[in-house]
Amino acid sequence: METFASLYEGFAVALTWQNLLLALLGCFLGTMMGALPGLGPANGVAILIPLAFTFGLSAIAALILLTSVYYGAMYGGRISSILLNIPGDEPAMMTCLDGYPMAQAGRAGEALALSGVASFVGAFFATWGLVFLAPLLVQIALLFGPGEYFVLYTLAFATLGGIAATNQAKSAFAAALGIGIAMIGVDTQTGVQRFTFGEVHLYDGIDFLIAIVGLFALSEVFVFLEHRGQNDSADEGKMKIGRVTPSLSVLRYCTPAMIRSTVLGFISGVLPGAGASLGSFLAYSVEKQVSDPRSETFGKGDPRGVAAPEAGNNAASGGALVPMLALGVPGSGTTAVLLAVLLTLNIQPGPLLFQNNPDVVWGLIAALFIGNFMLLALNIPMVGIFTRVLLVPTHILMPVVAMIAFIGIYSITGSTFELTMMVLFGALGWVLRKLDVPLVPIILGILLGNEMEVNLRRAMTISNGEWTTLFDSWLAIILWTIAIVGFVLPIFLGKRVKRKMKEAEEEGPLSD
Amino acid sequence: MMSDRVLGGVGLALAVFYAWAATIIPEPFSSDAIGPDGFPMIIALVLGLSSIYFVVKPDPEPKWPALNRLAEIGCALLVMFGYAQVLPILGFVFSTVIITAYLTWRLGAGPLTALLNGVGTSVGLFVLFELIFGLSLADGPLGF
Repeated sequence: METFASLYEGFAVALTWQNLLLALLGCFLGTMMGALPGLGPANGVAILIPLAFTFGLSAIAALILLTSVYYGAMYGGRISSILLNIPGDEPAMMTCLDGYPMAQAGRAGEALALSGVASFVGAFFATWGLVFLAPLLVQIALLFGPGEYFVLYTLAFATLGGIAATNQAKSAFAAALGIGIAMIGVDTQTGVQRFTFGEVHLYDGIDFLIAIVGLFALSEVFVFLEHRGQNDSADEGKMKIGRVTPSLSVLRYCTPAMIRSTVLGFISGVLPGAGASLGSFLAYSVEKQVSDPRSETFGKGDPRGVAAPEAGNNAASGGALVPMLALGVPGSGTTAVLLAVLLTLNIQPGPLLFQNNPDVVWGLIAALFIGNFMLLALNIPMVGIFTRVLLVPTHILMPVVAMIAFIGIYSITGSTFELTMMVLFGALGWVLRKLDVPLVPIILGILLGNEMEVNLRRAMTISNGEWTTLFDSWLAIILWTIAIVGFVLPIFLGKRVKRKMKEAEEEGPLSD
Repeated sequence: MMSDRVLGGVGLALAVFYAWAATIIPEPFSSDAIGPDGFPMIIALVLGLSSIYFVVKPDPEPKWPALNRLAEIGCALLVMFGYAQVLPILGFVFSTVIITAYLTWRLGAGPLTALLNGVGTSVGLFVLFELIFGLSLADGPLGF
């Protein structure tokens, strides 16, 4: 019952006018960013971090704002999937399959409403899962010593590529690149300069926000420049929306699908290396197997095919918060960005966070509950506003996004050097995306690199330089096993899973 | 094929450079078991090994854009680079009008729309962030 008491305290923190207003603002901005193709949750949160920081919001207020953006973006991704057949973000890809045919059949409003409810169900129950599972995980995490932490970080990097990774060498390369960047600056243990080559601006290291905003947001601008004029043929959102209330019978019809998908999504969110995209993919394919084994209705506008992936992806985004908060180890790109939020606010997530700053954790969780209800309200009656956002052309939108990125970084650093560095990260991000090198391990490397090293060196100091200390507890051995399996398995399975995902896409309306 | 090999070559050079840079980290007065250069060495090793893998087993060639599009991206890069340099001199409003108009134009709008979006974005963001939220954006000769 301690959990409920904590949760109650959390609501006391979250239910102030300022925090409610921030949650509402975050939900609104998030849904908008999710809806816009090319501006996913990671981007959206990334460009807002420096701003939230410079506005001088308190830790909990900033956290509420940005996690509301995160949840909102997960809701919003479906809008353009359904109306334009272009996923607003990657996890919303599967929603295209049945959402767009429903829209073509004149049931766009129904699909939007249904997916809104499904998103709510997924996110709401996943937040409950977070409430119960995170404290349990904290109990385990309290047993971790520095050696185990080092292995845990290794595990995070090893599994980050996920089961659908096709080239693990590229994930490893990206992780090493990120950790290597993190090493730049003063060594916290001994105080000597590393890799600074006498450049004063590098003494404090490279701010991870610069890297994140550059790699994610600016590289997106370059991608748009590259593809200008190629994707302009979208249907201009002229789709008739129709009735935006879900009928009770359809809801009842889809309830089993939502429940199954929520469970699946939550699990794949919690597990390392899965994340929201796999959550929605699994939810959709399992639902198809269960409800429509002979593929008669799925892919042709079956409402269950809309409800399943949406419940799945939103449940996964809730589940992904469990390892992020309890262990300090994010399992996906967007949660890595949320980790950046915490680190910017000088909050080190992990078991100690639950003990030392319970107000932050539970206030945040309470805010997620509140945000969910706000999102449901925003997404059903007011979905029309967001559909209009889709009509804003990219050439107006992307420059504004780029400028907000510049303002954010300038406001925290005030220097030309850092802006230049951000531009370079943008270009680097574009090249690496072309070469299929994942960007998330780079970000995670920059975020976790120093912690990883500190834990390794602490473990080594305790053991007097004996490397076997990294293998001498059961916990460490279990973590090593998961790390190795997680790294090796995709080498054999990755191509197959990827092909399956591709096939699912091509069977659907995306191929036309 | 070729792109991955180049990536591998660059990565390998980076790994060697990184390892060398780790060896010249000054010796601290009091050190721990692995010292400030131990972990970076491991990182250089991972970087090097994965780079060798790219050279030996490259992925299929990605679809690079045509030369004119590459130039397009290069120009945008230069403009952003220039923006960072002139921001403290020209101030936020003027610099932002120029870069936003440029990007809008290059992303496919007509010149007039581009100019309008440049002015609108710049003034709008200035009002929002400097006047309403009180951030201090770069000041130019006229104070904005």
